[in-house]
Parts: sequence; C-alpha cells; structure tokens
Amino acid sequence: MEAPEEYQGEPRRTFLAAIGALATGAAAALVPVAAGVAALVDPLRKRGPETSMVLVTKLSAIPDDGTPKKFTVRQDRVDAWSTEADAPVGAVYLRRADDGVAALNVVCPHAGCFVGLADDRAGFACPCHRSSFDLDGAVDDPASPSPRDMDALEVEVRNDDEVWVRFQNFLPGRHDKTAV
Amino acid sequence: MESLLTWLDDRTGYRGLLKSALYERIPGGARWRYVWGSTLMFAMFVQFVTGIVLWAAYSANAQGAWESVYYIQNEMVGGWLLRGIHHYMAQVTIVLLVLHLMQVLIDGAYRAPREVNFWFGLGLLGLVMGLSLTGYLLPWDQKGYWATKVATSIASMTPVVGPSMQALLVGGADYGHHTLTRFFALHAGALPAGIVLLIVGHVYLFRRHGVTPPKEAAEKPDGWFWPEQVLRDGVACLIVMATVLGLVLWTGGAHLGAPADPTEPYAAARPEWYFMFLFQWLKYFPAGWEVVGAQVIPGILVGVIAAMPILGKWRLGHRFNLGFAGALFLGIAMLTWVAYQEDGGDPEFVEAKEDAEAIAARVEELASSGVGIPPAGGLAMLRDDPLLQGPLIFQGSCSSCHTYSGHDGLGNVLEEESSAADLAGYGSRDWLAGLLDPDRITTPDYFGGSDHARGAMARFVTRGVAGFSPEQQEELAKVIVALSAEAALPRQAEADASDAADIVEGRALISSESINCTRCHTFGDVATGDDGPVLTGWASREWMIGMVTNPSHPLYYGDNNDRMPAFGDEGILTGHEIELVVDWLRGDWIGAPGVN
Repeated sequence: MEAPEEYQGEPRRTFLAAIGALATGAAAALVPVAAGVAALVDPLRKRGPETSMVLVTKLSAIPDDGTPKKFTVRQDRVDAWSTEADAPVGAVYLRRADDGVAALNVVCPHAGCFVGLADDRAGFACPCHRSSFDLDGAVDDPASPSPRDMDALEVEVRNDDEVWVRFQNFLPGRHDKTAV
Repeated sequence: MESLLTWLDDRTGYRGLLKSALYERIPGGARWRYVWGSTLMFAMFVQFVTGIVLWAAYSANAQGAWESVYYIQNEMVGGWLLRGIHHYMAQVTIVLLVLHLMQVLIDGAYRAPREVNFWFGLGLLGLVMGLSLTGYLLPWDQKGYWATKVATSIASMTPVVGPSMQALLVGGADYGHHTLTRFFALHAGALPAGIVLLIVGHVYLFRRHGVTPPKEAAEKPDGWFWPEQVLRDGVACLIVMATVLGLVLWTGGAHLGAPADPTEPYAAARPEWYFMFLFQWLKYFPAGWEVVGAQVIPGILVGVIAAMPILGKWRLGHRFNLGFAGALFLGIAMLTWVAYQEDGGDPEFVEAKEDAEAIAARVEELASSGVGIPPAGGLAMLRDDPLLQGPLIFQGSCSSCHTYSGHDGLGNVLEEESSAADLAGYGSRDWLAGLLDPDRITTPDYFGGSDHARGAMARFVTRGVAGFSPEQQEELAKVIVALSAEAALPRQAEADASDAADIVEGRALISSESINCTRCHTFGDVATGDDGPVLTGWASREWMIGMVTNPSHPLYYGDNNDRMPAFGDEGILTGHEIELVVDWLRGDWIGAPGVN
C-alpha cells in the first residue's frame, strides 16, 4: 500500500516508528489473548473419569428370556465445578447371555445417538441413521452406517446376584474402540 | 500474493479504507496527549477478549454463578489471570475515562462542532458504569450481592415507576436465577452492543473533526497518524496493560468472597471504589430523601455536564465548566476519602471484613477438599460445615449454660459464670482427666455450676478418687484412655491406635472392683447400675446426638438431668443442627486434625 503523495517523513525514522508501533501494540494485545487462549484450551487437560466397576442392578431384574433391558448407571461424578455422589451418568443394556450377563453401552458407535430396541425386540436399531445391530450388539446389516459393533462393557456377577459393570464411553465414528 | 491482495482490493476496496484509516493527517504532529482515546479502545478490546472467554466458563444461575467463578479462579489454567485482567482493566477503564473527560474539558474540545461527540463520550461513560455495576453482581458472592442490592433498592425508590423498574431489573420480586440471567444479558449483551455503537459514532465524529491541538502546535508541521501517533498509542497501551498485569500479580487476582447468602448479615458490603463516593453521599440523606440524593442531585449534575458544550459558547462558560468539573471532581474525591476514613476507623467494619475474609478462606478450603462443591452449590456447602455453623449454633442454643474454652463459641467472653461444663475438648483424655480430678470436678469448668456438683459423681471423685492408691491412680489413667477412646475423636485417632493395649486393659478396669464405674453407669454388657449416663460409646457422635436430642432419656441423665432441654425432642434444634454442633465439638470437620 502506497503512502499518500503528500506524506513526508524520513524513511528510516518512519520505518523504526512503524516497527515500534507494531511491536508495542502486539505486545499489549498479546497479554489478554494469551490468558484467554490458556483458559479456552483448559478442557484439553481434562481426562475422562477413572473407570471402576459399579453395581448396576440385581440379576433377577434382567429378563430370563434373553431380551435386553435398559438400566441407569450411577456413579460419583465431577461435572466441572460440581461434585455429585451416585449421580446418573449413563445407561447400559443388560441381557442374559449363555455364560452370565452381557452389557452394551446404549450409545451408537456411529454418531452417538441413543440406540433403541428394534420393534421385533430381536436386535437394536438406532433411530438417527438406521444403524442396526443384533442382540449381541454386532452390526447385522451391510447397509448399517455404524463403523463397529455396539460397545460391550466389562460385566461381572458378584455375590450370586449383583451385576457390576465397568461403565465407559467410547469415541464414535471409528473402527476401533477407544475410550473417551 | 500480490495478485491475491489486488483481487481482494478490487472486491472490497480495503486498501483505500486502510489508507484513510492510517494516513490521517494530524495538525501540529503526533503527540503523547492524544493517546487517551486509543488506550480506552485498547481497554475495550481487552474486556471483549477476556469477557468472551470468561463467558465460555460462566454459568448465570444462583447455584452456578459463584461455583463457576470459583472454578475459573481456582481450577482452570490461567483462569485467575484472565479474571484478574478483566477485573482490574474495568477499574483502569474508569480512571482512563475520567482522565479523557478531564482532558476534553481542559482543552475545550467539547465545543462546537464537537458537541455530539462529547455526548457520545458521556454516553460511553454511563454504559461503562453500567458494566461495572452489572459485573459486580455476577460472581454472586456476598460482597457483590449486598452491594448490588443497594443499587437496585435505590432504583425501586424512583417515584411511580420504581417498583416496576426494580422488578424488571431483578427479574421478579427478589434476587435469584433471573437476576443473574438479566444482569448477565445486560453485562455481556446489551451494554457492550451499546458501547460498540457509541464507539463507532465517537470515532467517526472524531475523524470528521480531528484532534484539538494545543496552541503551541500551530507552529509545528503536520504529522501523521501512522506510524508516529500509533507508536505513541502503542507505548501507552503497553503501559496500561503492564499496570493491569502488575495489579493482578500484586493482588493475586480478583477477590472472590463467600457465596451470596440472603440469611447471613454482611456488614462489609461496599461498592467498588469508584462508587464509594455515592455510597458516602447517601449517608447524608435522611429517610425519604434517598431519591433526592441518589437520583435527583446526580441527575442535575450529569445534566449540567451534558449542557457544557452549550454553556461553553458564552465567554465565561468555559471557565464555569472548568470550575464546575473541578469542584465536582474534588467533591467526589473528598467523599471517597471520607468513606474510606470512616470505614478504616470503624472497628465493626474492620471486624466484619476480617470475618468475611475468614469465611471466604474457609469456603475455598472446603471447595478444594476432595469432597468438592455439591450440586446444590457453595452456599449449601457452607451451611453443612460444622466449623462455620457449629459455633453459631453453640452461641445461640448452648452458651446460656455451657462455655467453650471460656467463651460463647464465637469468642465472646461471658460475664456470668457458666452453669454447666465447658465443652471444649469434650470426650478427649484431657477433658476426662479434668472431670476425674478431685480439685476440678466442682469448678465451673465441669459440674461447679450445676446440681451435679452435689451429685453422686462429684462425691465419687472428691472422696473416692481423692483417696486412690498409686496403683488405682495408674488404673484410672488407663480407664481415662479407654473411655476417651469410646468417643472416637478424629484428632485422637492416632493416639487411640497406638495405645490399643492400654485401651483393652482400661476397658476391663471400667467394671473392675477397684475403679467400678459400672456401679452407676452401664458399660458394654455390664449393666449393674443405670443412674448415670451410659458409657458405651460415651461422647461418640451417636452418643452426643442422642444426649442433645433428649438428655432425660434413660440412657443419659434420666431423672437426674439438671436443666438441659431436650433440644431435639422439643424441636429447639433440627436434627441437622444437632449434628453440626456435635461434629464441631468433636472436631470432626474438613481440615481438622485427623479428618481426611
């Protein structure tokens, strides 16, 4: 950009003044911007909660016929500034399987919607983009947009009738199962 | 690159715009005295940047405002710096605005044709004060809450429309969620939008009229905005930023008090320093005259300032304006000075401030403990804290008979001798050793003031224990250790664990023939006598709660109860209050020795 014709000034002096103006202005502006950026990226430091086995329900509450049933998972939760003991943090489908109980996270691995039971109760169907899974959570339709099977969770039956689950969420849209 | 910029210039004409923005001719050359406007622009920039990031972490509701500010301040990386910059830049902005205004007045830069720009400037001053007022409430701490209440109360005194105005401001009849959402909408939405509009108008008119050069500039050649003036502006902005940063580092950032509590008095409620003159000013107006003091007179004064460009047309007008502004400024400075003098010399205020600091520090300790802030918020956390609530309950309900280390729980030494035991350290080995000391049991620290001074226990100690053999003394020491272990005091947990062997021995001795506590007291499954309180779990949490709930219950003093009311059964205290005072007496609160 050209200076106006009538603009007068010793070139060297003007150049130094311009450098000085840019430097001081940038230095002053950098302070609030730096503090702002530091605070804005603060969530990147946050890791997902420590996972541990939590008691979800009693064995007798799961249907005998092998159909899945949804259960709420309660766990101690730290949500930014508030800490809640035994807070509802998510849901799982529990189902009686050959060797005990199987647990599936209700969240669709495709784009994170809440997967529902199919109308015929013979599998799962996602209401958002029509992913479909069989009762074991495996993708059962080649047209299903889900990149992987529903996320199975570690489950354990303790003291004969207590169903404990390690509740975890996983990143959606990926072939591999990566914890959030 | 060049062709890309040419393409862009063809479509937008940005080069022409930049050229006219930068190559502004300055009559008489660039000067330091022209930097004020630019520093204010810079301050606005800083407030926008920091404000938007704060916004990204702030929650405007009565159970989230204080909590989210606490989180910003203490948990987020750089949060304290961000909030500190926003806080102190707001104050520096006020100072810069006043300096800017003073300069405009002194230079006569408000006169024709610059009247409208002067009014724009006054409007900006008003909006900035509005930002200060609304921003002060947002952290929802005691200070901001009570100070802002005064402001909205004054608004409610406006004739005719006052009550509706207050309801509109506050979002209902009383302070709550909607007060915060509305104040926040003003603070982060409406007022900044007004500021942007006025600044655009202000700068446009400034460019139209140019600077107001001083007389001596007439002989100097013209200069240019870029880069000579921009360099001076840049240096000035850097100084402003360094000042703010220095303030933040020196003070450790903006203060956050205890969460707002409508039920707790806050005698240290004061507005921010630049409003202190108004605070002081209001003291001089008797009941019914607040509107005159807070609205009519300030309204007239602002009116005179707004009329200055018109008044300045007359020969003496400019002098009048300068005199008026000077007097006003001096008056404001005087009022501010008097306000701080009065507060500094008022022991009640100083004490209230110290109390507020102590509570704020305690809140921080609680919030940063592993327990965290409950979903019900910081205030709920305070109300559940035995260390804060216990002394208040003790003072209110217990201190008419009992003392705590000789005072009423809050540190006030009582004039009358207490009529019941001093409860500091109740359940500890020392306390019990005092009770079983023939020289001390009948003093006011123990049974002195009550009927029990003439009871069987006092007789046992003054006659029986006084005549104990050395072996019995040794046995008694073990009984004390064992009985005190029943209390399971957190601060004694370590000692209890290391003296486990003595405790086993002591427990056996409680029902031995030699000491024979069980002649009158039940202990474990030995229930030979039940005249005195049960010793199983003596002074434990459960035992004390039961005792305070109903001391005349057969497990405790039964018919031998002197005058202690059944605080729980008679409904004098709630179950929760009894728990709080008991936990406090037992030293069972977060941060206490032995408590995780």
